[in-house]
Amino acid sequence: MTTAAARPWAAVRRTAAYKETVKALWRANPISKQILGICSALAVTVQLETALVMSLALTGVTAGSSLAVSLLRKAIPRNIRIIVQVAVIATLVILADELLKAFLFDVSKQLSVFVGLIITNCIVLGRSEAYALNHPPGQAFLDGLANGVGYSSVLLGVAFFRELLGSGKLFGATVIPEAFYRAGYVNNGLLVLAPGAFIMIGLFVWLEHTLLERK
Amino acid sequence: MENLIGLALNSVFVGNILLSYFLGMCSFLAVSRNLATAAGLGVAVVFVMALTTPVNWLIYHGLLAPGALAWAGLPGANLSFLKLIVFIAQIAAIVQAIEMVIDRYSPALYTALGVYLPLITVNCAILGASLFMVERNYSFAETLVYGTGSGVGWCLAIVAMAAIQKKLRYALVPRGLQGFGINMITTGLIAIGFMLFAGISL
Repeated sequence: MTTAAARPWAAVRRTAAYKETVKALWRANPISKQILGICSALAVTVQLETALVMSLALTGVTAGSSLAVSLLRKAIPRNIRIIVQVAVIATLVILADELLKAFLFDVSKQLSVFVGLIITNCIVLGRSEAYALNHPPGQAFLDGLANGVGYSSVLLGVAFFRELLGSGKLFGATVIPEAFYRAGYVNNGLLVLAPGAFIMIGLFVWLEHTLLERK
Repeated sequence: MENLIGLALNSVFVGNILLSYFLGMCSFLAVSRNLATAAGLGVAVVFVMALTTPVNWLIYHGLLAPGALAWAGLPGANLSFLKLIVFIAQIAAIVQAIEMVIDRYSPALYTALGVYLPLITVNCAILGASLFMVERNYSFAETLVYGTGSGVGWCLAIVAMAAIQKKLRYALVPRGLQGFGINMITTGLIAIGFMLFAGISL
């Protein structure tokens, strides 16, 4: 029974798509391993909600731009490729920005300029330059998606701890019981401020590197 | 005038674009290993930022802002959604132009900065300053001060980081924390230092 269930999984494991996905999620995670796209990772992680919306926007843009660039890859002249890629990315970011303004206005106000800054997020341009330009659309789309999810995992992890320890909430709802505060528990105000983000991500990377080395 | 001095101090220290808005982290982490190149890139960023932010102000208020096209007979037009793509194109164009000017008049500076100039286009601090300028409704004079101040603040932060990293080489850092991890924590400590300027009011 178990072998039968395991066999299709083993087949999946051998495919290039699976290997690329795992690489993007863990071994070559864009944030903690390749040090790309740090700016927004720090800025939007005070609350889980903003982090989640930002993750979705970035994943959508990365997947979409990888797909579009891959479809266009034979038509793009080599020497103007950067500007073509930036134009594709900027168009998708404008779409994401307008969508957020229309449907999630409050969150979009909190994210302020950081949605616009997805344009200069190195992950997006990096994936389209390094992968989408010389791979077929299906793989490129998957690669963009996986890198977006890899980015999101770090973002949500950092946001979880910053919101929990910094303001005692998760998704805006208080989770630390009132009794804790009465017993003398205090929220760590440093984590809400900018330096808290730097230190938190430093500790996160420490944990991840230590876990990876043990294998 | 006092307002402008306050804005200048704020953009360099308390509201430092790198340490409190996290913009320009990628090149900050990549280039801060060597003091000389860090200083070179820092100066280039000051220059580009002082130039692009005011130019973007002119473009935004002359062409894109709601009602800005009234002179062309289109008082109802609102092209502000185009600001992202226009700003990034303008920054890329200015960086390219600066590169050509430096190449022509100062080949020594060109070889020193050469690799870093194109990278500035994708430095999010530059685009970020332009977007903050729009969001905070700065006047032209304020934009001029803010653009230059943010550039100087970024430059200060990267030079400080490069100098600290030089000393950090002799420190015993736990294995998993080496490299990126300890850099982030150091940056956090620098950020705490810069935040202390918040108490100063003019």
